[in-house]
Amino acid sequence: MITCAEAVGQLWEYLDQTLEADRRASVEEHLSRCRTCCGEMEFAKELRLFLSGAAEERFPPDVLRRLHETIEELGR
Amino acid sequence: MRVVENGVASDASSATTEQFRALAREQLPRLLSIARRIVGEDAEDAVQECLLKAFQRYGQLHEPTAGPAWLTSILVNCCHDVGRARSRRSPEVDVDDLERFSLFRKIAYEDPFPYSDSLHLDFLQEFGPEDVRAVVMRLPEMYRVPLVLVYMQGFLVKEVAAMLDVPLGTALSRLHRARKLFEKQMWEYAEETGLLREGLPERGAP
Repeated sequence: MITCAEAVGQLWEYLDQTLEADRRASVEEHLSRCRTCCGEMEFAKELRLFLSGAAEERFPPDVLRRLHETIEELGR
Repeated sequence: MRVVENGVASDASSATTEQFRALAREQLPRLLSIARRIVGEDAEDAVQECLLKAFQRYGQLHEPTAGPAWLTSILVNCCHDVGRARSRRSPEVDVDDLERFSLFRKIAYEDPFPYSDSLHLDFLQEFGPEDVRAVVMRLPEMYRVPLVLVYMQGFLVKEVAAMLDVPLGTALSRLHRARKLFEKQMWEYAEETGLLREGLPERGAP
């Protein structure tokens, strides 16, 4: 059995599916009996969603225009 | 399959040039987004450099479906060069005690929104796009890059390891520390900028 600290330290890897099978099983076993770490898990999921959503942004039109001009001028 | 037979830009056929342009146009918003996260206001310079280098090396791209990752790999190197040329240094961050830090528990313990039923989500909602960018920029480049590529752009860790030319274990270890640093910096940024002062109309300078 692993401690809360050990489980929390592996939550993102667990969600990323980069844990080896035995460590994955240990995390799952811990989560099945620890509500606090389940809360940590839910928050880790939210934080991942939050990060992926933060990639979208608007760019200044003049920056996009200059870069598009660069693309069109390549090879000329 | 080789996309072009000769990687030298001046010898590239017009069809090949147009293929490259199509790829570049399609990927431009993504490249700019990545560069903004890695080098901030120098993003345009980094993307410009990336486009020029990628065009010169287009002959090295053997598999068209690998185009986005290939361009990203070149961009990451250009960001590194631009950052080095500008002598950009990441703010010093304390990497000690990182393993023990938990943003979830910190929020629960500090309870910045005493009347909230969804404390942790409320905390995240305080962060606008500029705040997230500012927090990401606080991370040293070696942690910032994998965080951006994996969690903001959706690349696999093994793809990022190849882009950075490091073993998979090294990429995994950097990503682990990057996540911890990001959580810690989110809290510190929120404290420093007054993001957590519920009910106050004005916020501190970023």
